[in-house]
Amino acid sequence: MKKFNLREFTASPGFNSFTATLLAIFLGMLFGLIVMLAANPANALEGFSRILTGGMRRIPDVFYYATPLIMTGLSVGFAFKMGMFNIGASGQYTMGMFFAMYVGFMFNLPPAIHCFVCVIAGMIGGILWGLIPGFFKAYLNVNEVITSIMFNYIGMYLVDMLVQGNATMYVSSKTRTAYLPASAQLTSLGIKGSSLSVAFIVAIVIAIILYVVLNKTTFGYELRATGFNANAATYAGMNGKRNIVITMAIAGAMSGLGGAFAILAPSTIAGSSMTYEPVNIVTQAGFTGIAVALLGSSNPIATIFTGIFVSYIYRGGTLASLAGFKPEIIDVVIAVIIYFSAFSMVLNAAFRSKISKAFGHDNIVKPNANAEPDPVPAEAESEEV
Amino acid sequence: MDNYIIEMLNITKEFPGIIANDNITLQLKKGEVHALLGENGAGKSTLMSVLFGLYTPEKGEIRKNGQVVKINNPNDANDLGIGMVHQHFKLVEIFTVLENIILGVEPSKMGVIDKKEAREKVLALSEKYGLKIDPDAVIEKISVGMQQRVEILKMLYRENEILIFDEPTAVLTPQEIDELMAIMRGFAEEGKSILFITHKLNEIMAVADRCTVLRKGKYIGTVDIKDTTKEELSKMMVGRDVNFKVDKEDAKPAETVLSVRNVTVKAKNAAAHSVTNVSFDVKAGEIVCLAGIDGNGQSEFIEALTGLEKLTSGTIELCGKDITKASIRAKSKGGMSHVPEDRHKHGLVLDYTLEDNMVLQRYYEPEFQSKGFLKRKAITEYSDKLIKKFDVRSGQGSATISRSMSGGNQQKAIVARELDKEHKLLIAVQPTRGLDVGAIEYIHKQIVEDRDKGRGVLLVSLELDEVMNVSDRILVMYEGEIVGEFDPKTVTVEELGLYMAGAKRDNVSVETVKEGSDNEEI
Repeated sequence: MKKFNLREFTASPGFNSFTATLLAIFLGMLFGLIVMLAANPANALEGFSRILTGGMRRIPDVFYYATPLIMTGLSVGFAFKMGMFNIGASGQYTMGMFFAMYVGFMFNLPPAIHCFVCVIAGMIGGILWGLIPGFFKAYLNVNEVITSIMFNYIGMYLVDMLVQGNATMYVSSKTRTAYLPASAQLTSLGIKGSSLSVAFIVAIVIAIILYVVLNKTTFGYELRATGFNANAATYAGMNGKRNIVITMAIAGAMSGLGGAFAILAPSTIAGSSMTYEPVNIVTQAGFTGIAVALLGSSNPIATIFTGIFVSYIYRGGTLASLAGFKPEIIDVVIAVIIYFSAFSMVLNAAFRSKISKAFGHDNIVKPNANAEPDPVPAEAESEEV
Repeated sequence: MDNYIIEMLNITKEFPGIIANDNITLQLKKGEVHALLGENGAGKSTLMSVLFGLYTPEKGEIRKNGQVVKINNPNDANDLGIGMVHQHFKLVEIFTVLENIILGVEPSKMGVIDKKEAREKVLALSEKYGLKIDPDAVIEKISVGMQQRVEILKMLYRENEILIFDEPTAVLTPQEIDELMAIMRGFAEEGKSILFITHKLNEIMAVADRCTVLRKGKYIGTVDIKDTTKEELSKMMVGRDVNFKVDKEDAKPAETVLSVRNVTVKAKNAAAHSVTNVSFDVKAGEIVCLAGIDGNGQSEFIEALTGLEKLTSGTIELCGKDITKASIRAKSKGGMSHVPEDRHKHGLVLDYTLEDNMVLQRYYEPEFQSKGFLKRKAITEYSDKLIKKFDVRSGQGSATISRSMSGGNQQKAIVARELDKEHKLLIAVQPTRGLDVGAIEYIHKQIVEDRDKGRGVLLVSLELDEVMNVSDRILVMYEGEIVGEFDPKTVTVEELGLYMAGAKRDNVSVETVKEGSDNEEI
């Protein structure tokens, strides 16, 4: 039986990235409070407490809104693990939503499978939009950041055009899509007044599957090796091009599912459904996914929690308007948290040195009798000396 | 006592969990060449970093001319007249020689750099010490030897009187090494004091007055070179007797394993070297050594051979099968093992555990995976086996993150992985670079053993000792071409040096003849 050792625990990388994330969130909130104080000093504390506690009153909604965020977070995080920046989650999300919606409106399928086929269609839409930047990256060496940003716009305009041009899907008098048939909507978890559906559970299961893929399979082994050191992966004969395409396809599938889950969510009002407004704006879902992935250090399991957290803050934020704050203020707070989470590596290092002083250890140089750290380990490293 | 220019007294520098320098004393006399000898991880670099102001020691003091001084950063060190030529040069690649020399201490008139004055001073110094340079040449276009002369001139320009050379000979030809030794002696005679960090015993015997030996962070002793021998020094360094000669029987070459025909690789960019019409065979049971000075196309050739880069033309056969266009994985499966030149860039995924790195070439085999899932237990067992067999030392065995291991043990892990893998041909590129005597001895033994098991070995090496001791046949590469083939038993080091420098070879261009004849004078 292994005894719990506080020294060892505080030295573990997991503990450090966890504390760094918490620290990033804490600093982000502190800064958010300052922003609120500056904007409206009289109501700042009330508004801030609504942001912090507002989500508590709407727990099912927190989970409902978290579902697509977890999916886009997984999408971005998975690509990150291979060293790629999938900034195109928004486009993949939009395509997934459209594909799901299209099957929902245009296909007359038995109710038992209709919704399932819609979800699969959404996934295919996302895969398509992930695959293309993947191909460009792998075979033409075009930076995936550029292509995936472009594909956000291409996807958005394409979907808006296709939606507006389809009389079954589009209600031009209301400038939004029509109501999806009930058979295409996901099964609700039965919580009154909430759109929380089975999709939330599916998202958690998918996160666990991705975790297993990354850590237990040869594909995950190759993928992480490529992310850590692409040269070594090439040297070991791994098929880097193929893996790039597969990774981007999987990332796209995640975002596509996120879009499908969002549009197919069951409505709380009988006879209606979620709708899409083609207003020529790239959806925020993908960008928020970047924040979710960053906060979770691209770990699929952690992404579940950071997705819920971000959703929680957003829910609270909508309540802050009751204290006289514009909803945009919450975007600022969220943005600040995202910004700070980008520093989490720096914070990590700073925090670690504090921790190691307090506990008398250091992660970089492992104490052991046999192996001495190499004082001049590599050209790149000795260069810094 | 008063003739010590720099004294480092009872220096202790601790890193959490390890004492890098444990009560070390180093006293440098004015006008001497003082060698600092020790294995990798012995604490040489840490000690020099303390002297150069990069680390603050926990205990101990530094004195200059008997006065206690505080060195908090490299600027303090410079103010005290301490200069250093780092192992990896710190030059701005796209600046000229002159610009690099004056960098940081530019003489200026009203904010405008006065290059004229600087140029005169640099040329005068260059003349005085025989450090031939072209002040207007751009760093990335000049030879490594000249780059080193630029580094030396940088110290002289700053009027440093204590000169630290950190393994300066690794990148030089035998002739250039002799030249450098002479220059170092010249400095000493002029009253400058020199600290010479190395683990090459021949050079210490040739140039140093005294030598301080460190082992595992501890001070072992300081000896007068004239009273000691190479064997004694190595014993002090390693703590046991070291066998310099590689014990091996004559090669028994059998069937051809590798056959290279007319391989040409076009240079990708200005910095890369092209390879022209290289043809040779490697037979089972022999060690063929590709010798040459760094940057003569060896790396490019090996990259093309192993599949990291494409070759322009020519054919490669492995065990009679054409593998010219085969993928890296196919070459690996076909029996090619490759110990890469850069263990951090190619050889290891540093953030992976040791066991994950041990199966880097084999993770896809049924032994280690089933239906795409890694067999963690099998991997750990295999890794434990290799660690034991090849004596790879690390903190937490198979679970150690590779980054935290010492360079020697990282290399041992790579060698273990490549040798244990099913193979017919071993390609080892500078397998002992940066390693200490003990590890070098071990790796050489493993390579010879591999040969005796009937594998063909292609060894690429810049170390002449290694070339002469380990190989059964030597090919010299100069500017991307094979310029000579030798038997190590009959050829001399001097002869090899001439070929490596391009002095001996048909159709040599005018410029190379000039440089070659320069070398011959020494």
